[in-house]
Amino acid sequence: MSGAANQGRISRRFAALADEGRGGLITFVTAGDPDFDTGTAILGGLPAAGADVIELGMPFTDPMADGPSIQASSLRALRSGQTLKKTLAMVRAFRAGDGDTPVVLMGYYNPIYIYGNEAFLTDARDAGVDGLIVVDLPPEEDEELCLPAISRGLNFIRLATPTTDDARLPRVLANTSGFVYYVSITGITGAKSAAADTIAKAVARLHRHTELPVAVGFGIRTPEHAAAVARVADAAVVGSALVDRVKANLDEAGRPGAGLVDDVLGLVGDLATGVRAARG
Amino acid sequence: MEALNTYKAGPDEHGRFGLYGGRFVAETLMPLILELEEAYHAARDDPEFAAEFGGYMKTYVGRPSPLYFAKRLTEHFGGARIYFKRDELNHTGAHKINNCIGQILLARRMGRTRIIAETGAGQHGVAAATVCALFGLPCVVYMGEVDIARQQPNVFRMKLLGAEVVPVSSGSRTLKDALNEALRDWVTNVETTFYIIGTVAGPHPYPEMVRDFQSVIGTEAREQMLEAEGRLPDTLVACIGGGSNAIGLFHAFLDDASVRMVGVEAAGRGIDTGEHAASLGAGSPGVLHGNRTYLLQDDDGQIKEAHSISAGLDYPGIGPEHSWLNDTGRVEYVSATDDEALAAFQLCSQLEGIIPALEPAHALAHVARIAPSLPPEHIILMNLCGRGDKDVFTVAEALGVTL
Repeated sequence: MSGAANQGRISRRFAALADEGRGGLITFVTAGDPDFDTGTAILGGLPAAGADVIELGMPFTDPMADGPSIQASSLRALRSGQTLKKTLAMVRAFRAGDGDTPVVLMGYYNPIYIYGNEAFLTDARDAGVDGLIVVDLPPEEDEELCLPAISRGLNFIRLATPTTDDARLPRVLANTSGFVYYVSITGITGAKSAAADTIAKAVARLHRHTELPVAVGFGIRTPEHAAAVARVADAAVVGSALVDRVKANLDEAGRPGAGLVDDVLGLVGDLATGVRAARG
Repeated sequence: MEALNTYKAGPDEHGRFGLYGGRFVAETLMPLILELEEAYHAARDDPEFAAEFGGYMKTYVGRPSPLYFAKRLTEHFGGARIYFKRDELNHTGAHKINNCIGQILLARRMGRTRIIAETGAGQHGVAAATVCALFGLPCVVYMGEVDIARQQPNVFRMKLLGAEVVPVSSGSRTLKDALNEALRDWVTNVETTFYIIGTVAGPHPYPEMVRDFQSVIGTEAREQMLEAEGRLPDTLVACIGGGSNAIGLFHAFLDDASVRMVGVEAAGRGIDTGEHAASLGAGSPGVLHGNRTYLLQDDDGQIKEAHSISAGLDYPGIGPEHSWLNDTGRVEYVSATDDEALAAFQLCSQLEGIIPALEPAHALAHVARIAPSLPPEHIILMNLCGRGDKDVFTVAEALGVTL
């Protein structure tokens, strides 16, 4: 029953976080950024550095909801030959050494659609993927991938946004499982950030509609900001700041410097320290 | 394939034309798309909106555009009778203004105070900037850096009209990237902003809405042809980038079984070179920019860059209704290369005194292929959807002429 086991990894992790009385750190990196080997090393080091849940970006040429940082990281990965097949292989290798840390694949629908929805869901589950976030599949398109994913035991994690009003929220939450990802701003990844009290109100609103954990992302860049979010939400998501750190360690030809992996994981460590101390 | 009893029923309530179309957008945009759909359907059913639209079409755009018998081209090809629907005579020089008038009237109804648009050749950007000037609304136009370089006259035109032209440096720096950037702007400025999409693509209701505004072309042409010839045309020909001028011409004729329709995609340097923009001819179904449709993509689902000498056709997708019309067999889709379009561009200029845009020059290139072998009673109606003033620098360069 790998399906049931998969379904459990995310909820087990959030239950453990609740027991510890702290919010979690969700890290986003793009699979294969800047190349397969370096990306694999980053992925493998994330749990020890303090990531509670891993979001792994499936690179796409046209990431419409992402800002310049994640666009650039997608293109770096694609240029170095990353494919969806390779992304699944990375998860499989990761899973061989880590049976507990939830892995959520995040990206856009077209690469999945071209891979073949059924084949993708089977391969993702078998690789040890726990959940999916597909930015351009709103509830109106649930029959495409969301319902088949749920039937395979994969969590389908939905984005809720400031434009998702109380009338619409039930529809967004209906087939959501694992956790809810609250996009704290109207805008693209890596741009502005929302104020802590605005986030607190939004999380409280979501909790009135669902018992699922609420993770908050978009615009969170520093340990202090992550801590402030983890104080009021079940987890803070950090993405653009990490891929910017990848970029900062590339030379002019785009080759990774020797310290890249340690530097990225060092930032994850700082973020984790901030998050863990948030409610202390 | 079995003929349907109507080809005009789509899209369904999910915004689908068969497999194609839909609403593949981020959650932030979803409430806006639903609001837009509701507002558009209310406007469509409101006689006051139709009257307002019709008024601007007549007094500002200059509609109806003439139906013109291209006598010298007909004689030159020595076969079918060739007519042009002259949408290049519209204010701003192309069919794009039809849609922009419709959408800005809707934006005003919805109380939006800021307009954004994407543009490839610049024709849609100019049309959007024009209607913003007309109604006093601020306008931001996203345009790929590559397109800015090859369409300087239109860039300056937009600025004269008071629009802000934002160069897009991401991806392939052409129309698809301009669309991405416009969507990112919209996601960021949801409260105030209305996004005027320039073609029959994007999430529902755009493909339907833009088609409806552009279908004035075919509605007029059908009446004009009945008046001129006492019967319907035999073959319609239009170029296809996203496909708004083509669907605009075709839609009124879709249920006229005797009328054959041909859409002409850009074959660029040739389909077999891989440098082209023929989504139907050489692409496969996928999901991009809010809808499922034929796309140029690799086997990992990554979008490929399109190529055409015509910036307006340089897009790796196509409107979803065209994908459906292709699969049902109702419309035939072919392609014409850069070189064929350049030849047609010169021929039309020299024989008719009409400098066409490079986009409809692709349609004329196909007319040149089929007209000679058709009988003289066969009537071809081609949409001359834009004029070529904007293209003179590009064409001069392609012909090796220094201006």
